[in-house]
Amino acid sequence: MIRVENLFKTFGEVKAVDGVSFHVAAGEIFAFLGPNGAGKTTTIQMLTTLLTPTSGTMRLDGIDPLANPLDARRRFGIVFQDPSLDGELTAYENLDLHGVLYHVPRKVRAERIEVLLKSFELWERKDSYVKTYSGGMKRRLEIARGFLHTPKILFLDEPTLGLDPQSRNQLWAQVKQLNETEKVTVFLTTHYMDEADRVAHRVAIIDHGKIVAQGTAQELKQQTGADSLEGAFLALTGTTIRDESADSADQMRQMVKMWRR
Amino acid sequence: MSAIYGLWLREVKRYLRSRPQIIASLAQPLLYLLVLGFGLGPVFQQSGQGSYVQFIAPGVIAMGILFTSIFSGIGLLWDRQFGFLKETLVAPVPRLYIMIGRTLGGATIAMIQGILVLVVCMIAGFRPQGLAAVPLALMFMALTAIVFAGLGTVIGSSLRDMQGFQLIMNFLVMPIFFLSGALFPLDNLPAVLHAATRLDPLSYGVDGLRGALIDRATIGMGLDALVLVVVASVFLVLGARAFSKIQI
Repeated sequence: MIRVENLFKTFGEVKAVDGVSFHVAAGEIFAFLGPNGAGKTTTIQMLTTLLTPTSGTMRLDGIDPLANPLDARRRFGIVFQDPSLDGELTAYENLDLHGVLYHVPRKVRAERIEVLLKSFELWERKDSYVKTYSGGMKRRLEIARGFLHTPKILFLDEPTLGLDPQSRNQLWAQVKQLNETEKVTVFLTTHYMDEADRVAHRVAIIDHGKIVAQGTAQELKQQTGADSLEGAFLALTGTTIRDESADSADQMRQMVKMWRR
Repeated sequence: MSAIYGLWLREVKRYLRSRPQIIASLAQPLLYLLVLGFGLGPVFQQSGQGSYVQFIAPGVIAMGILFTSIFSGIGLLWDRQFGFLKETLVAPVPRLYIMIGRTLGGATIAMIQGILVLVVCMIAGFRPQGLAAVPLALMFMALTAIVFAGLGTVIGSSLRDMQGFQLIMNFLVMPIFFLSGALFPLDNLPAVLHAATRLDPLSYGVDGLRGALIDRATIGMGLDALVLVVVASVFLVLGARAFSKIQI
């Protein structure tokens, strides 16, 4: 479903993604793990047509996102690292606008929104402004939105960042369930190794823009002799702390945090 | 087409829901109208130019349109760093449609704002030259709104963070306002100021509005409309280009 061969992305001198290749089978849940700045988000941005790679080939369901971005976009849904909902609209309006942008016919749209909001337990609050939602509710709403146009692939970029254990468990349970019922392929990144261990069928670990290991969580544990995926992750990527330089997006993020509450 | 409509509707909904903001944005034009209008009124009258309230009301309407449409473009910056813009950029819709939907939304909001200022001006004592003036005035308001919503899109797409905002306000938006002849007559000016006012697109919006509302155009309404259409086209093309280059 996703095929990536020799993908490179350089920003000036920095090799953010340095020759990455991997395949994700249809219906699979694939976890893409790595320390901060390893190249996870950059890879997702290239796959989702937000960034142009320096070189390399990508295929999403057989489609080249560089040559046919609109066709490719129809086939995936994405939940970004930062919230991307409109707080001044209600939950229902957010989903409805998404449906309009993805050309989901009006009748199907209404049915699908109802089903998804009910399954993510947001139906009672559908007419509340999203700015009044808690962090967990916003995340659920974003994931529901990602599923609205029945994509074949769902990208989740650190979807559980900042959520409490209850919300995290519930979120993964719903993603797993939709993976089974709708056969959607899931490509996720997270910093919580236990989540990847529990949810993902296969795992790839990326560091300094290169994939250092891939396989099932079990295989990675055996390969490194660690008793947990976290142990395997640390064995593969070392224990040094990566400091990312703060760019303007980080600064805005901090400002937004300051302004809330 | 439905995508353009959807994004247009979003802008309009957001505006109509922010009542405190609507009221706040009426305060500034009203301050100019009342304080300058009545404060400088006697001087203006003595110099044989007639009522100053009558004179600056079109300028104050243009001001409301200018600020609202530029701000709607700056909103793009906010949407871009956090949020909603990314959602629209990964949707299977050409970027041009997204830009058109947003910019027309911004222009519509600015137009509504301009009409609100007009109504407030009339409550404060402004009298247009008759009902026939209204459609022509609305046309000039719409053209002005599109010009500056287009400029707003150019700015919003080019800035990387909010720090540039003050710069834009002080070095672009305020000069556009002060040089437009919103507050003073455009004839008998010193040569340099004369040239500067003619380079300011808002001058043509103010002049057109003044022509339509109180029959006092200096440049001439035909030329005003022509210049506004040309400038709007240029800004829309530049806006589309800047918007297509946005990288998240």
